[in-house]
Amino acid sequence: MRRVQIRQQADVVAARQAGREAAKELGFGLADQTRLATAISELARNVVQYAGAGQCTISDESDDQFIRIRVVVEDHGPGIPDVERALRDGFSTGNGLGAGLPGTKRLVHEFDIESKPGHTRVTVGMRKRRH
Amino acid sequence: MKVPILRLGDILLTSIQVELTDQETLDFQADVLRTAKETAAKGIIIDITAMTVVDSYTARVLNETATMAKLLGTPVVICGIQPAVAMALVEMGRGFAGVETALNLDHAMWKLHRLIQEEREEPST
Repeated sequence: MRRVQIRQQADVVAARQAGREAAKELGFGLADQTRLATAISELARNVVQYAGAGQCTISDESDDQFIRIRVVVEDHGPGIPDVERALRDGFSTGNGLGAGLPGTKRLVHEFDIESKPGHTRVTVGMRKRRH
Repeated sequence: MKVPILRLGDILLTSIQVELTDQETLDFQADVLRTAKETAAKGIIIDITAMTVVDSYTARVLNETATMAKLLGTPVVICGIQPAVAMALVEMGRGFAGVETALNLDHAMWKLHRLIQEEREEPST
């Protein structure tokens, strides 16, 4: 398990690099490594932009059938008022987040979001069947 | 980290070799535009071969940089997008819409010279 604290812009880079490395170690291909790193980048940027600080936790959730990597990005910011709306294409509340959450969701195999004032938690994951 | 912008004849050549933060990406944008103006460059090539992640923000800033340079009268070609990066961008619903792209530096040179030629030949109506 790896954890990256997200407090400033440079941590967005650190978080996505950690995600890519972990995915690579678990045997994911370049395309999936890039998808995951890009998704983490989008989520970590949201944290810096809207919450100021948060963390990114990367874990290996593999089982007998699947190699699975899970990334949780969470913060204690204001939260997303209308999650359903935020997941619709074309929704954006701030600068440079046009694609935002809907785009991120399309990059990964697993996507889950919980948000209330004071706690937002986005979980993304990639999986790959064992041979 | 400052991205070097090289002058090669009458064009500018720049290659992003490090992971840029959002602020560094914006600084790069300002640098490219300022250098284009100062050197009266006829065209700009931005090589992103070394970029392993281009997220929606970075794509937007690069897109805008190309559009801004075009406004100055300096065409831009972005080259070297990695296949995995292209996949992620398109899956996200992003891309480099309206921006000239090329497979590699060679193709970018060829494309840019054609764009510069077109700019010259455009009738002044």
